[in-house]
Amino acid sequence: MLRIHCPYCGLRDEPEFTFGGPAHCERPSPSVDDATWTEYLFFRDNPAGMHYERWAHTYGCGRWFNLVRNTLTHEILIVYPMGAPKPSYPAGSL
Amino acid sequence: MQRYSFLSLLSHAVRRNKRWQPAWRDARLKSGYDVVVIGGGGHGLATAYYLARKHGIRKVAVLERGLIGLGNSGRNTQVVRSNYFYPASSAFYDHSLRLYEQLSAELNFNLMLSQRGLVSLAHSEHELETTRRWCNAIRMNRIDSKMLTPAEIKRLAPPINLDTRFPIVGGFMQPRGGIARHDAVVWGFARGASALGVDIVQNCEVTGFEIAGNRLWGLRTTLGKVAADRVVMSVAGYSSPLAALAGLRLPITTMALQAMVTEPIKPVLDVVVISGSIHAYVSQSDRGEIVMGAGADAYNSFAQRGGLTQQRATMAAVLELFPSFSRLKLMRQWAGRVDITPDTSPIMGPTPIQGLYLNCGWGTGGYKAIPAGGDTMAYTLATGRTHPLIAPFGLERFRSAALVDEGAAAGVAH
Repeated sequence: MLRIHCPYCGLRDEPEFTFGGPAHCERPSPSVDDATWTEYLFFRDNPAGMHYERWAHTYGCGRWFNLVRNTLTHEILIVYPMGAPKPSYPAGSL
Repeated sequence: MQRYSFLSLLSHAVRRNKRWQPAWRDARLKSGYDVVVIGGGGHGLATAYYLARKHGIRKVAVLERGLIGLGNSGRNTQVVRSNYFYPASSAFYDHSLRLYEQLSAELNFNLMLSQRGLVSLAHSEHELETTRRWCNAIRMNRIDSKMLTPAEIKRLAPPINLDTRFPIVGGFMQPRGGIARHDAVVWGFARGASALGVDIVQNCEVTGFEIAGNRLWGLRTTLGKVAADRVVMSVAGYSSPLAALAGLRLPITTMALQAMVTEPIKPVLDVVVISGSIHAYVSQSDRGEIVMGAGADAYNSFAQRGGLTQQRATMAAVLELFPSFSRLKLMRQWAGRVDITPDTSPIMGPTPIQGLYLNCGWGTGGYKAIPAGGDTMAYTLATGRTHPLIAPFGLERFRSAALVDEGAAAGVAH
């Protein structure tokens, strides 16, 4: 079970949270070509390592936030608010 | 290849079982092949087998990073079925089930296929309506399927509790669905392919693709370079990182799907029982263990182990359906890396790189597709033409939006 540090409520157990998929997927303008839409709708970074992702504290404060998690070890490195720029994680932490 | 029969068993027995040969040859990597299959799971080995047997292409290697059959081929819950909603899926998966029905004889290897029937439950009148639609769609695709009343379900699965929090109001069944022994599927195809001259190379990891212009001509591996005219990737949950080595991006998310078994008990459950609503599937293995599974863990994972949150949800669902199982001890629990696509249908066929083919995106349901996946990929690799059964499952469907959305249509995908 993951234990996630909600930036608003503190450390809580995984069942309180909802996974929201990858972070930083920017919706393109409706006028872009099919290739850009296809990329936005279906194609995802799927790293065996550090993953930038969104979570919601559904059974807590209900607020969304982002975090960086290692998909091999499930270690959570950085928790940061929605809308903040993509942080870089410390080198050698993979 | 040593053929197995009652007489061979007998003759080995009188010679005290000292003359058995290995079922397949652990080969050394040669410098070049007509076709290289990356991934020694069921799909990869079946592809190699059908290339050699149906198309006469015997300069084939199967490269496996670890040992064959230790990925998802050895981590599933052994369910085979073809009760899909869309005609494209039905045609493909029923081809697979038909191949399964004759494979034990063809491979001379007992896959222990047990077509014991697969029962899907409905927990509300509304779900019963969609179940009836699903059941009828399957019949329209000329696949066996019939509606069940609660009394019929109770007769088929005596320990079931019909009076769950959301009571069971009916269901449907595919009588030809069931289970087959997963290790035997891997070993049977490995033995068949090896006997036809295929090299199965274990402990050989692909570290890069040799691409000139837009044409693939070989691979870099931990055992050295190998030239190849055509290469197919059959690496399930590891597809995204491997494709990235060739500069390809895939519409795949890798997650952990777990399964678990109890201690073995006497036979209590003849059929496979599936509930899409409370999300669990249950069967009893030939050894007597109750085999259980449910949904994938909620988040991306390459860890090959499942989380307690999903394990608890699975247990809760199973015990709601079968309260008497609460007395049993869990014996093992494990997880596989599943490669989930946006429409939960596979990705098969050519890539933008000439000579490189994909067989991935099986998500939570690749096991039942092993024979058809191998057969259709072998055809595609051998002839250069996409097999008609897999034409709807190409990578380009995401751009044309011609999705085959079984995730929405067929409820529990596994």
